[in-house]
Amino acid sequence: MNIDGRARVFADDVNTDYIISSARKRQTIDPMVLRAFVFESIAPDFAATVRQGDVIAAGRNFGCGSAMEIAVTVLQAAGIQAVLARSFSRSFYRNAINNGLLVVECDTTAIREGDRVTVRMSGDSAGVRVVDRQLEISGTPLPAIMLRILECGGLVPFLSANGGFGSIV
Amino acid sequence: MYGGTISEQILSRRCGRQVQADDVAICAVDRVIGTDGSGPMAIDYFEQMGGSQLFDPARVYFSLDHYAPATTPETQAFHARIRTFAARYGATVFDVGDGISHQIAIERGLVRPGDLVVGADSHTVTCGALNCFAVGVGSSDLAAAMLTGQIWLRVPQTIRIVLRGRYRPGVGAKDVGLALVGRLGADAANYRAIEFAGDALDGLDLDDRLVLSNLMVEAGAKAAIFPCDPATAAYLTRRGVDRGSPIAASADARYVEEVTCDLPSIAPQIARPHSPDNVSLLAHCAGVPVHMVFLGTCTGGRVSDFHDAWAAFTRAGGRLAPGLQLVLTPASREVHDVLDADGTLNAFVNAGAIVTETGCGACCGTSGVIPGNGMTVLSTANRNFKARMGRATASIYLASPAACGAAAALGRIPEGL
Repeated sequence: MNIDGRARVFADDVNTDYIISSARKRQTIDPMVLRAFVFESIAPDFAATVRQGDVIAAGRNFGCGSAMEIAVTVLQAAGIQAVLARSFSRSFYRNAINNGLLVVECDTTAIREGDRVTVRMSGDSAGVRVVDRQLEISGTPLPAIMLRILECGGLVPFLSANGGFGSIV
Repeated sequence: MYGGTISEQILSRRCGRQVQADDVAICAVDRVIGTDGSGPMAIDYFEQMGGSQLFDPARVYFSLDHYAPATTPETQAFHARIRTFAARYGATVFDVGDGISHQIAIERGLVRPGDLVVGADSHTVTCGALNCFAVGVGSSDLAAAMLTGQIWLRVPQTIRIVLRGRYRPGVGAKDVGLALVGRLGADAANYRAIEFAGDALDGLDLDDRLVLSNLMVEAGAKAAIFPCDPATAAYLTRRGVDRGSPIAASADARYVEEVTCDLPSIAPQIARPHSPDNVSLLAHCAGVPVHMVFLGTCTGGRVSDFHDAWAAFTRAGGRLAPGLQLVLTPASREVHDVLDADGTLNAFVNAGAIVTETGCGACCGTSGVIPGNGMTVLSTANRNFKARMGRATASIYLASPAACGAAAALGRIPEGL
Protein backbone atom coordinates (compact mmCIF):
# COMPACT_ATOMS: atom_id res chain seq x y z
CA MET A 1 0.00 0.00 0.00
CA ASN A 2 2.02 2.93 -1.32
CA ILE A 3 0.42 6.32 -1.59
CA ASP A 4 1.45 9.53 -3.29
CA GLY A 5 -0.86 12.46 -2.85
CA ARG A 6 -1.48 16.07 -2.04
CA ALA A 7 -1.95 17.11 1.60
CA ARG A 8 -5.16 18.77 2.73
CA VAL A 9 -4.60 20.18 6.19
CA PHE A 10 -7.11 20.23 9.05
CA ALA A 11 -6.85 21.31 12.69
CA ASP A 12 -7.57 19.43 15.95
CA ASP A 13 -10.86 17.82 16.98
CA VAL A 14 -12.47 17.42 13.55
CA ASN A 15 -15.61 15.52 14.51
CA THR A 16 -17.57 13.19 12.25
CA ASP A 17 -20.43 15.70 11.96
CA TYR A 18 -17.89 18.09 10.40
CA ILE A 19 -16.88 15.40 7.91
CA ILE A 20 -20.51 14.82 6.97
CA SER A 21 -23.48 16.37 8.73
CA SER A 22 -25.86 13.87 10.38
CA ALA A 23 -28.72 15.92 8.97
CA ARG A 24 -27.60 15.09 5.41
CA LYS A 25 -28.25 11.40 6.07
CA ARG A 26 -31.98 12.09 5.92
CA GLN A 27 -31.64 12.18 2.13
CA THR A 28 -29.32 9.26 1.47
CA ILE A 29 -26.46 7.22 2.87
CA ASP A 30 -24.91 6.84 -0.59
CA PRO A 31 -21.38 8.22 -0.18
CA MET A 32 -21.19 9.12 -3.88
CA VAL A 33 -24.02 11.58 -3.31
CA LEU A 34 -22.96 12.74 0.15
CA ARG A 35 -19.42 13.56 -0.99
CA ALA A 36 -20.79 16.83 -2.37
CA PHE A 37 -21.31 17.93 1.26
CA VAL A 38 -18.05 16.71 2.80
CA PHE A 39 -16.69 19.24 5.37
CA GLU A 40 -19.42 21.71 4.35
CA SER A 41 -19.66 23.41 7.75
CA ILE A 42 -15.91 23.93 8.34
CA ALA A 43 -14.37 23.96 4.82
CA PRO A 44 -17.14 24.87 2.36
CA ASP A 45 -14.80 24.84 -0.67
CA PHE A 46 -13.34 21.41 0.07
CA ALA A 47 -15.84 19.35 -1.92
CA ALA A 48 -15.16 21.41 -5.03
CA THR A 49 -11.37 21.36 -4.67
CA VAL A 50 -10.68 17.82 -3.48
CA ARG A 51 -8.88 15.65 -6.02
CA GLN A 52 -8.71 11.90 -6.35
CA GLY A 53 -5.75 10.73 -4.27
CA ASP A 54 -5.61 13.65 -1.81
CA VAL A 55 -4.38 12.88 1.71
CA ILE A 56 -5.80 14.50 4.81
CA ALA A 57 -3.25 15.72 7.36
CA ALA A 58 -4.99 16.65 10.60
CA GLY A 59 -4.19 17.49 14.19
CA ARG A 60 -5.34 15.62 17.28
CA ASN A 61 -8.49 13.58 17.79
CA PHE A 62 -9.57 13.32 14.16
CA GLY A 63 -13.04 11.79 13.79
CA CYS A 64 -14.30 12.43 17.31
CA GLY A 65 -18.00 12.47 18.18
CA SER A 66 -20.48 10.15 16.52
CA ALA A 67 -19.28 6.66 15.50
CA MET A 68 -21.09 6.97 12.16
CA GLU A 69 -19.16 4.95 9.60
CA ILE A 70 -20.44 7.03 6.71
CA ALA A 71 -17.81 9.61 7.77
CA VAL A 72 -15.20 7.17 6.44
CA THR A 73 -16.97 6.09 3.28
CA VAL A 74 -17.74 9.70 2.32
CA LEU A 75 -14.04 10.56 2.54
CA GLN A 76 -13.25 7.57 0.35
CA ALA A 77 -15.94 8.57 -2.14
CA ALA A 78 -14.44 12.07 -2.23
CA GLY A 79 -11.13 10.55 -3.33
CA ILE A 80 -9.20 10.65 -0.04
CA GLN A 81 -6.75 7.75 -0.01
CA ALA A 82 -5.24 8.19 3.46
CA VAL A 83 -5.73 10.20 6.64
CA LEU A 84 -2.71 11.25 8.69
CA ALA A 85 -3.36 12.71 12.14
CA ARG A 86 -1.55 13.30 15.41
CA SER A 87 -4.26 11.15 16.98
CA PHE A 88 -7.61 9.66 16.03
CA SER A 89 -10.84 9.06 17.84
CA ARG A 90 -10.93 5.30 18.41
CA SER A 91 -14.25 4.85 16.64
CA PHE A 92 -13.11 6.64 13.47
CA TYR A 93 -9.82 4.71 13.51
CA ARG A 94 -11.67 1.37 13.67
CA ASN A 95 -14.18 2.38 11.03
CA ALA A 96 -11.40 3.49 8.68
CA ILE A 97 -9.49 0.22 8.96
CA ASN A 98 -12.76 -1.70 8.62
CA ASN A 99 -13.30 -0.01 5.25
CA GLY A 100 -9.72 -0.34 4.05
CA LEU A 101 -8.89 3.37 4.45
CA LEU A 102 -5.27 3.85 5.51
CA VAL A 103 -5.01 5.89 8.71
CA VAL A 104 -1.62 6.85 10.10
CA GLU A 105 -1.09 8.24 13.56
CA CYS A 106 1.96 10.50 13.24
CA ASP A 107 3.25 13.98 13.94
CA THR A 108 1.58 16.07 11.24
CA THR A 109 2.64 19.50 12.51
CA ALA A 110 5.18 20.08 9.71
CA ILE A 111 2.80 19.19 6.89
CA ARG A 112 1.38 22.17 4.99
CA GLU A 113 -1.61 22.54 2.72
CA GLY A 114 -0.74 21.30 -0.77
CA ASP A 115 2.46 19.46 0.22
CA ARG A 116 3.17 16.37 -1.83
CA VAL A 117 3.31 13.45 0.60
CA THR A 118 4.04 9.77 0.14
CA VAL A 119 2.99 7.06 2.55
CA ARG A 120 4.71 3.68 2.52
CA MET A 121 3.81 0.71 4.69
CA SER A 122 6.81 -1.15 6.07
CA GLY A 123 5.87 -4.07 8.28
CA ASP A 124 3.30 -2.78 10.75
CA SER A 125 4.31 0.88 10.45
CA ALA A 126 3.77 3.61 7.92
CA GLY A 127 6.49 6.00 6.86
CA VAL A 128 5.33 9.41 5.69
CA ARG A 129 7.55 11.57 3.50
CA VAL A 130 6.97 15.22 2.68
CA VAL A 131 8.57 15.06 -0.73
CA ASP A 132 9.52 18.66 -1.52
CA ARG A 133 11.11 19.31 1.87
CA GLN A 134 12.50 15.80 2.33
CA LEU A 135 10.92 15.36 5.74
CA GLU A 136 10.51 11.82 7.04
CA ILE A 137 7.79 11.13 9.62
CA SER A 138 7.22 7.72 11.16
CA GLY A 139 3.78 6.47 12.11
CA THR A 140 2.66 4.53 15.17
CA PRO A 141 2.63 0.77 14.40
CA LEU A 142 -0.75 -0.83 13.74
CA PRO A 143 -1.84 -3.75 15.95
CA ALA A 144 -1.43 -7.00 13.99
CA ILE A 145 -5.15 -7.60 13.65
CA MET A 146 -5.73 -4.12 12.22
CA LEU A 147 -2.94 -4.63 9.74
CA ARG A 148 -4.52 -7.88 8.57
CA ILE A 149 -7.94 -6.29 8.19
CA LEU A 150 -6.40 -3.36 6.30
CA GLU A 151 -4.43 -5.69 4.02
CA CYS A 152 -7.64 -7.54 3.20
CA GLY A 153 -9.27 -4.25 2.24
CA GLY A 154 -11.60 -4.03 5.22
CA LEU A 155 -13.68 -6.11 7.61
CA VAL A 156 -16.12 -7.41 4.98
CA PRO A 157 -13.42 -9.00 2.80
CA PHE A 158 -11.49 -10.07 5.91
CA LEU A 159 -14.45 -12.01 7.33
CA SER A 160 -15.47 -13.31 3.92
CA ALA A 161 -11.95 -14.66 3.38
CA ASN A 162 -11.53 -16.08 6.88
CA GLY A 163 -15.07 -17.25 7.59
CA GLY A 164 -14.96 -15.54 10.98
CA PHE A 165 -12.49 -14.16 13.49
CA GLY A 166 -11.20 -17.66 14.29
CA SER A 167 -8.09 -17.54 16.44
CA ILE A 168 -6.22 -14.78 14.69
CA VAL A 169 -4.89 -13.04 17.81
CA MET B 1 -2.14 -13.29 40.53
CA TYR B 2 -3.15 -9.93 39.09
CA GLY B 3 -6.89 -9.29 39.32
CA GLY B 4 -7.59 -6.43 36.97
CA THR B 5 -9.67 -3.39 36.24
CA ILE B 6 -13.35 -3.90 35.52
CA SER B 7 -12.61 -3.73 31.78
CA GLU B 8 -9.78 -6.24 31.97
CA GLN B 9 -11.94 -8.69 33.91
CA ILE B 10 -15.05 -8.40 31.72
CA LEU B 11 -13.02 -8.79 28.53
CA SER B 12 -11.02 -11.70 30.04
CA ARG B 13 -14.23 -13.50 30.81
CA ARG B 14 -15.66 -12.87 27.38
CA CYS B 15 -12.54 -14.00 25.50
CA GLY B 16 -11.84 -17.03 27.66
CA ARG B 17 -8.34 -16.14 28.77
CA GLN B 18 -6.66 -13.68 31.12
CA VAL B 19 -5.99 -10.45 29.23
CA GLN B 20 -4.58 -7.15 30.36
CA ALA B 21 -4.40 -3.61 29.01
CA ASP B 22 -3.01 -3.42 25.44
CA ASP B 23 -3.69 -7.10 24.69
CA VAL B 24 -5.95 -7.76 21.71
CA ALA B 25 -8.87 -10.07 22.45
CA ILE B 26 -11.61 -11.71 20.39
CA CYS B 27 -14.58 -11.42 22.72
CA ALA B 28 -18.05 -12.97 22.76
CA VAL B 29 -20.70 -10.27 23.01
CA ASP B 30 -23.72 -10.36 25.31
CA ARG B 31 -25.81 -7.75 23.51
CA VAL B 32 -25.70 -6.24 20.02
CA ILE B 33 -27.54 -2.98 19.36
CA GLY B 34 -28.17 -1.19 16.07
CA THR B 35 -30.08 1.96 15.23
CA ASP B 36 -31.73 3.41 12.16
CA GLY B 37 -28.60 5.56 11.84
CA SER B 38 -26.09 2.72 11.69
CA GLY B 39 -28.37 -0.19 10.79
CA PRO B 40 -28.93 0.16 7.04
CA MET B 41 -25.19 0.21 6.30
CA ALA B 42 -24.64 -2.69 8.72
CA ILE B 43 -27.29 -4.73 6.90
CA ASP B 44 -25.48 -4.06 3.60
CA TYR B 45 -22.22 -5.26 5.15
CA PHE B 46 -23.87 -8.26 6.81
CA GLU B 47 -25.11 -9.38 3.40
CA GLN B 48 -21.74 -8.71 1.77
CA MET B 49 -20.13 -10.87 4.47
CA GLY B 50 -22.40 -13.66 3.28
CA GLY B 51 -24.53 -13.55 6.41
CA SER B 52 -27.55 -15.85 6.34
CA GLN B 53 -28.36 -15.91 10.05
CA LEU B 54 -27.74 -13.96 13.23
CA PHE B 55 -25.41 -15.60 15.75
CA ASP B 56 -28.25 -15.40 18.31
CA PRO B 57 -31.38 -13.45 17.34
CA ALA B 58 -32.36 -13.02 21.00
CA ARG B 59 -29.26 -10.93 21.61
CA VAL B 60 -29.72 -8.52 18.69
CA TYR B 61 -32.04 -5.54 18.56
CA PHE B 62 -32.53 -2.34 16.60
CA SER B 63 -33.99 0.94 17.78
CA LEU B 64 -35.58 3.34 15.32
CA ASP B 65 -34.52 6.42 17.26
CA HIS B 66 -32.53 8.76 15.00
CA TYR B 67 -35.32 9.35 12.46
CA ALA B 68 -38.25 9.42 14.81
CA PRO B 69 -40.49 10.00 13.05
CA ALA B 70 -39.15 9.50 9.54
CA THR B 71 -39.53 12.82 7.73
CA THR B 72 -38.32 11.82 4.26
CA PRO B 73 -39.11 8.91 1.92
CA GLU B 74 -35.47 7.87 2.29
CA THR B 75 -35.60 7.57 6.08
CA GLN B 76 -38.90 5.69 5.76
CA ALA B 77 -36.99 3.29 3.52
CA PHE B 78 -34.23 2.88 6.16
CA HIS B 79 -36.90 1.88 8.66
CA ALA B 80 -38.55 -0.52 6.24
CA ARG B 81 -35.19 -2.13 5.53
CA ILE B 82 -34.52 -2.71 9.23
CA ARG B 83 -38.02 -4.06 9.91
CA THR B 84 -37.71 -6.49 6.99
CA PHE B 85 -34.23 -7.63 8.01
CA ALA B 86 -35.26 -8.11 11.64
CA ALA B 87 -38.40 -10.04 10.70
CA ARG B 88 -36.41 -12.30 8.41
CA TYR B 89 -33.68 -13.12 10.92
CA GLY B 90 -35.57 -12.88 14.20
CA ALA B 91 -34.05 -9.76 15.72
CA THR B 92 -36.16 -7.40 17.82
CA VAL B 93 -37.12 -3.94 16.59
CA PHE B 94 -38.04 -1.13 18.95
CA ASP B 95 -40.00 1.04 16.59
CA VAL B 96 -40.43 4.80 16.27
CA GLY B 97 -41.57 6.16 19.60
CA ASP B 98 -40.12 3.41 21.76
CA GLY B 99 -37.04 5.46 22.53
CA ILE B 100 -33.27 5.78 22.32
CA SER B 101 -31.41 2.48 21.96
CA HIS B 102 -29.32 2.64 25.13
CA GLN B 103 -32.19 4.05 27.20
CA ILE B 104 -34.30 1.05 26.15
CA ALA B 105 -31.43 -1.26 27.13
CA ILE B 106 -31.41 0.15 30.64
CA GLU B 107 -35.18 0.29 31.10
CA ARG B 108 -35.99 -3.16 29.77
CA GLY B 109 -33.26 -5.15 31.44
CA LEU B 110 -31.49 -5.86 28.15
CA VAL B 111 -28.09 -5.16 29.69
CA ARG B 112 -26.89 -6.45 33.05
CA PRO B 113 -23.81 -6.07 35.23
CA GLY B 114 -20.74 -7.75 33.77
CA ASP B 115 -22.10 -7.76 30.19
CA LEU B 116 -20.12 -6.91 27.07
CA VAL B 117 -22.41 -4.62 25.08
CA VAL B 118 -21.66 -3.57 21.50
CA GLY B 119 -23.79 -0.79 20.06
CA ALA B 120 -23.48 1.07 16.80
CA ASP B 121 -24.01 4.43 18.47
CA SER B 122 -21.21 6.26 20.25
CA HIS B 123 -23.41 6.86 23.31
CA THR B 124 -23.72 3.13 23.95
CA VAL B 125 -21.16 3.87 26.69
CA THR B 126 -24.17 5.06 28.72
CA CYS B 127 -24.84 1.44 29.69
CA GLY B 128 -21.57 1.44 31.67
CA ALA B 129 -23.63 2.93 34.50
CA LEU B 130 -24.93 -0.61 35.05
CA ASN B 131 -21.44 -2.13 35.41
CA CYS B 132 -21.25 -3.20 31.73
CA PHE B 133 -18.39 -2.86 29.31
CA ALA B 134 -20.48 -1.00 26.73
CA VAL B 135 -18.71 0.29 23.66
CA GLY B 136 -19.81 2.29 20.63
CA VAL B 137 -18.81 0.98 17.19
CA GLY B 138 -19.61 1.59 13.53
CA SER B 139 -21.65 -0.39 11.04
CA SER B 140 -18.90 -2.87 10.04
CA ASP B 141 -18.32 -3.98 13.61
CA LEU B 142 -22.09 -4.15 14.15
CA ALA B 143 -22.45 -6.39 11.08
CA ALA B 144 -19.58 -8.62 12.24
CA ALA B 145 -21.03 -8.91 15.74
CA MET B 146 -24.49 -9.79 14.39
CA LEU B 147 -22.94 -12.48 12.22
CA THR B 148 -20.27 -13.98 14.49
CA GLY B 149 -21.31 -12.92 18.01
CA GLN B 150 -17.78 -11.63 18.39
CA ILE B 151 -15.80 -8.42 18.35
CA TRP B 152 -12.08 -7.85 18.46
CA LEU B 153 -11.02 -5.31 21.06
CA ARG B 154 -7.75 -3.95 22.28
CA VAL B 155 -8.09 -4.13 26.06
CA PRO B 156 -8.02 -0.50 27.15
CA GLN B 157 -5.94 1.11 29.83
CA THR B 158 -8.18 2.67 32.46
CA ILE B 159 -8.45 6.11 34.02
CA ARG B 160 -9.90 5.94 37.52
CA ILE B 161 -12.11 8.87 38.45
CA VAL B 162 -12.66 9.21 42.19
CA LEU B 163 -15.76 11.23 43.04
CA ARG B 164 -15.89 12.56 46.59
CA GLY B 165 -18.55 14.30 48.67
CA ARG B 166 -22.02 15.54 47.72
CA TYR B 167 -23.34 18.04 45.20
CA ARG B 168 -23.98 21.62 46.20
CA PRO B 169 -27.61 22.76 45.83
CA GLY B 170 -28.38 23.55 42.17
CA VAL B 171 -25.67 21.18 40.92
CA GLY B 172 -26.26 17.78 39.35
CA ALA B 173 -24.61 14.99 37.40
CA LYS B 174 -24.60 17.04 34.18
CA ASP B 175 -22.47 19.71 35.86
CA VAL B 176 -20.04 17.09 37.17
CA GLY B 177 -19.87 15.42 33.76
CA LEU B 178 -19.24 18.69 31.93
CA ALA B 179 -16.62 19.69 34.51
CA LEU B 180 -14.83 16.37 33.95
CA VAL B 181 -14.96 16.65 30.15
CA GLY B 182 -13.67 20.22 30.39
CA ARG B 183 -10.86 19.18 32.71
CA LEU B 184 -9.86 16.08 30.76
CA GLY B 185 -10.30 17.51 27.26
CA ALA B 186 -11.92 15.99 24.18
CA ASP B 187 -9.29 13.28 23.65
CA ALA B 188 -7.87 12.53 27.11
CA ALA B 189 -9.68 9.21 27.41
CA ASN B 190 -9.18 8.19 23.78
CA TYR B 191 -8.48 4.42 23.47
CA ARG B 192 -9.02 4.23 27.24
CA ALA B 193 -11.76 3.18 29.62
CA ILE B 194 -12.93 5.14 32.63
CA GLU B 195 -13.94 3.62 35.95
CA PHE B 196 -15.77 5.60 38.58
CA ALA B 197 -15.11 5.16 42.29
CA GLY B 198 -15.27 7.12 45.53
CA ASP B 199 -17.58 7.85 48.43
CA ALA B 200 -19.77 10.12 46.29
CA LEU B 201 -21.19 7.05 44.56
CA ASP B 202 -23.36 6.39 47.62
CA GLY B 203 -25.26 9.57 46.75
CA LEU B 204 -25.56 8.96 43.00
CA ASP B 205 -28.67 7.18 41.74
CA LEU B 206 -28.78 5.36 38.41
CA ASP B 207 -29.96 8.45 36.51
CA ASP B 208 -26.90 10.37 37.74
CA ARG B 209 -24.60 7.53 36.70
CA LEU B 210 -26.17 7.28 33.25
CA VAL B 211 -25.39 10.97 32.68
CA LEU B 212 -21.77 10.55 33.76
CA SER B 213 -21.14 7.41 31.71
CA ASN B 214 -22.83 9.05 28.72
CA LEU B 215 -20.71 12.19 28.80
CA MET B 216 -17.38 10.39 29.06
CA VAL B 217 -17.43 9.59 25.35
CA GLU B 218 -17.02 13.34 24.84
CA ALA B 219 -13.57 12.84 26.37
CA GLY B 220 -13.06 9.94 23.96
CA ALA B 221 -13.69 7.06 26.39
CA LYS B 222 -14.11 3.56 25.01
CA ALA B 223 -16.20 2.57 28.05
CA ALA B 224 -17.19 4.39 31.26
CA ILE B 225 -18.03 1.94 33.99
CA PHE B 226 -19.51 2.15 37.48
CA PRO B 227 -19.11 -0.55 40.09
CA CYS B 228 -22.14 -2.67 40.92
CA ASP B 229 -23.20 -1.48 44.36
CA PRO B 230 -26.38 -1.40 46.45
CA ALA B 231 -27.83 1.38 44.27
CA THR B 232 -27.31 -0.79 41.17
CA ALA B 233 -28.82 -3.81 42.89
CA ALA B 234 -31.81 -1.78 44.08
CA TYR B 235 -32.44 -0.54 40.54
CA LEU B 236 -32.30 -4.05 39.08
CA THR B 237 -34.58 -5.42 41.79
CA ARG B 238 -37.13 -2.69 41.17
CA ARG B 239 -37.07 -3.58 37.48
CA GLY B 240 -37.24 -7.31 38.12
CA VAL B 241 -33.94 -7.87 36.32
CA ASP B 242 -31.44 -10.41 37.59
CA ARG B 243 -28.10 -9.13 38.78
CA GLY B 244 -26.05 -10.62 35.99
CA SER B 245 -22.40 -11.21 36.85
CA PRO B 246 -21.15 -8.04 38.56
CA ILE B 247 -17.45 -7.25 38.30
CA ALA B 248 -15.45 -5.25 40.82
CA ALA B 249 -11.97 -3.90 40.22
CA SER B 250 -9.34 -5.85 42.13
CA ALA B 251 -7.29 -4.20 44.86
CA ASP B 252 -4.20 -4.46 42.66
CA ALA B 253 -5.89 -3.13 39.50
CA ARG B 254 -3.54 -0.91 37.51
CA TYR B 255 -4.69 2.50 36.32
CA VAL B 256 -2.97 4.70 33.82
CA GLU B 257 -4.16 7.80 35.65
CA GLU B 258 -6.25 8.74 38.66
CA VAL B 259 -8.41 11.86 38.68
CA THR B 260 -10.07 13.12 41.84
CA CYS B 261 -13.19 15.25 41.67
CA ASP B 262 -14.62 16.85 44.80
CA LEU B 263 -18.31 17.35 44.17
CA PRO B 264 -18.70 20.20 46.69
CA SER B 265 -16.22 22.23 44.62
CA ILE B 266 -18.36 21.98 41.46
CA ALA B 267 -20.58 24.95 40.58
CA PRO B 268 -23.09 24.89 37.68
CA GLN B 269 -21.24 24.37 34.38
CA ILE B 270 -21.85 25.15 30.72
CA ALA B 271 -20.22 24.02 27.47
CA ARG B 272 -19.92 26.86 25.00
CA PRO B 273 -19.97 26.55 21.21
CA HIS B 274 -18.67 24.51 19.39
CA SER B 275 -17.22 21.70 21.50
CA PRO B 276 -18.42 19.79 24.58
CA ASP B 277 -15.02 20.29 26.22
CA ASN B 278 -15.24 24.09 25.87
CA VAL B 279 -16.53 24.24 29.44
CA SER B 280 -16.81 27.20 31.80
CA LEU B 281 -18.84 28.20 34.81
CA LEU B 282 -22.50 28.79 33.94
CA ALA B 283 -22.17 32.20 35.61
CA HIS B 284 -19.56 33.25 33.03
CA CYS B 285 -22.21 33.01 30.31
CA ALA B 286 -24.99 34.60 32.35
CA GLY B 287 -27.20 36.95 30.35
CA VAL B 288 -26.54 35.46 26.90
CA PRO B 289 -29.92 35.65 25.10
CA VAL B 290 -31.45 32.22 24.35
CA HIS B 291 -33.90 31.60 21.48
CA MET B 292 -34.49 27.88 21.85
CA VAL B 293 -34.29 25.49 24.80
CA PHE B 294 -34.04 21.76 24.09
CA LEU B 295 -34.85 19.28 26.86
CA GLY B 296 -34.12 15.71 25.86
CA THR B 297 -31.52 13.19 24.57
CA CYS B 298 -29.69 10.28 26.16
CA THR B 299 -27.95 12.75 28.48
CA GLY B 300 -30.84 14.90 29.69
CA GLY B 301 -34.07 13.23 28.58
CA ARG B 302 -35.05 11.12 31.60
CA VAL B 303 -37.86 11.67 34.11
CA SER B 304 -35.68 13.30 36.77
CA ASP B 305 -34.29 15.71 34.15
CA PHE B 306 -37.75 17.00 33.20
CA HIS B 307 -38.66 17.31 36.88
CA ASP B 308 -35.49 19.34 37.52
CA ALA B 309 -36.18 21.52 34.50
CA TRP B 310 -39.79 22.14 35.55
CA ALA B 311 -38.80 23.06 39.10
CA ALA B 312 -36.22 25.56 37.85
CA PHE B 313 -38.66 26.92 35.25
CA THR B 314 -41.22 27.51 38.00
CA ARG B 315 -38.67 29.16 40.30
CA ALA B 316 -37.68 31.49 37.46
CA GLY B 317 -41.27 32.70 37.07
CA GLY B 318 -43.02 29.79 35.38
CA ARG B 319 -43.83 31.65 32.17
CA LEU B 320 -42.14 31.05 28.85
CA ALA B 321 -39.92 33.96 27.79
CA PRO B 322 -41.53 35.83 24.87
CA GLY B 323 -40.62 34.29 21.52
CA LEU B 324 -38.57 31.45 23.01
CA GLN B 325 -39.03 27.93 21.61
CA LEU B 326 -39.11 25.25 24.29
CA VAL B 327 -38.79 21.75 22.83
CA LEU B 328 -39.22 18.57 24.87
CA THR B 329 -38.18 15.14 23.61
CA PRO B 330 -38.46 12.35 26.21
CA ALA B 331 -35.75 9.73 25.79
CA SER B 332 -38.24 6.86 25.65
CA ARG B 333 -41.88 5.89 25.70
CA GLU B 334 -41.57 4.97 29.36
CA VAL B 335 -40.18 8.41 30.21
CA HIS B 336 -42.96 9.99 28.17
CA ASP B 337 -45.65 7.96 29.90
CA VAL B 338 -44.39 8.73 33.41
CA LEU B 339 -44.26 12.45 32.63
CA ASP B 340 -47.70 12.25 31.07
CA ALA B 341 -49.17 10.52 34.10
CA ASP B 342 -47.64 12.88 36.66
CA GLY B 343 -48.75 16.02 34.81
CA THR B 344 -45.28 17.30 33.89
CA LEU B 345 -45.83 17.20 30.12
CA ASN B 346 -49.19 18.86 30.41
CA ALA B 347 -47.76 21.62 32.58
CA PHE B 348 -44.99 22.26 30.07
CA VAL B 349 -47.43 22.25 27.15
CA ASN B 350 -49.73 24.68 28.94
CA ALA B 351 -46.70 26.93 29.39
CA GLY B 352 -46.13 26.88 25.62
CA ALA B 353 -43.69 24.01 25.09
CA ILE B 354 -43.60 21.69 22.07
CA VAL B 355 -43.42 17.96 22.85
CA THR B 356 -41.95 15.85 20.04
CA GLU B 357 -41.83 12.12 19.40
CA THR B 358 -39.45 10.29 21.74
CA GLY B 359 -35.96 9.42 20.49
CA CYS B 360 -32.81 11.32 19.63
CA GLY B 361 -34.91 14.27 18.50
CA ALA B 362 -33.21 17.53 17.60
CA CYS B 363 -29.80 16.51 18.99
CA CYS B 364 -28.15 15.67 15.65
CA GLY B 365 -30.50 17.27 13.17
CA THR B 366 -31.99 13.98 12.01
CA SER B 367 -35.48 14.56 13.36
CA GLY B 368 -37.28 17.09 15.48
CA VAL B 369 -36.90 20.85 15.51
CA ILE B 370 -34.01 22.45 13.64
CA PRO B 371 -32.87 25.86 14.93
CA GLY B 372 -33.06 28.88 12.68
CA ASN B 373 -30.16 30.95 11.35
CA GLY B 374 -28.22 32.74 14.07
CA MET B 375 -30.23 31.20 16.89
CA THR B 376 -28.74 30.48 20.28
CA VAL B 377 -29.80 27.13 21.72
CA LEU B 378 -29.42 25.97 25.31
CA SER B 379 -29.65 22.19 25.44
CA THR B 380 -29.49 19.26 27.83
CA ALA B 381 -27.66 17.23 25.14
CA ASN B 382 -24.06 16.06 24.96
CA ARG B 383 -22.76 17.58 21.72
CA ASN B 384 -22.68 21.16 20.49
CA PHE B 385 -20.56 20.89 17.36
CA LYS B 386 -21.18 23.54 14.74
CA ALA B 387 -24.19 22.45 12.64
CA ARG B 388 -24.85 19.53 14.99
CA MET B 389 -28.57 20.33 15.17
CA GLY B 390 -28.76 20.91 11.42
CA ARG B 391 -27.93 24.61 11.19
CA ALA B 392 -24.32 25.83 10.96
CA THR B 393 -25.13 29.38 11.99
CA ALA B 394 -26.78 28.34 15.27
CA SER B 395 -24.80 28.46 18.51
CA ILE B 396 -25.39 25.56 20.89
CA TYR B 397 -24.65 25.70 24.60
CA LEU B 398 -24.94 22.62 26.84
CA ALA B 399 -26.01 22.76 30.47
CA SER B 400 -28.01 20.97 33.14
CA PRO B 401 -31.78 20.45 32.90
CA ALA B 402 -32.19 22.98 35.72
CA ALA B 403 -30.18 25.65 33.87
CA CYS B 404 -32.19 24.95 30.72
CA GLY B 405 -35.49 25.15 32.60
CA ALA B 406 -34.55 28.49 34.15
CA ALA B 407 -33.40 29.84 30.77
CA ALA B 408 -36.77 28.96 29.23
CA ALA B 409 -38.42 31.39 31.63
CA LEU B 410 -35.71 34.04 31.64
CA GLY B 411 -34.94 34.08 27.91
CA ARG B 412 -31.25 34.12 28.74
CA ILE B 413 -28.60 31.96 30.35
CA PRO B 414 -29.13 32.15 34.13
CA GLU B 415 -26.41 33.32 36.46
CA GLY B 416 -27.01 30.60 39.04
CA LEU B 417 -29.61 28.12 40.21
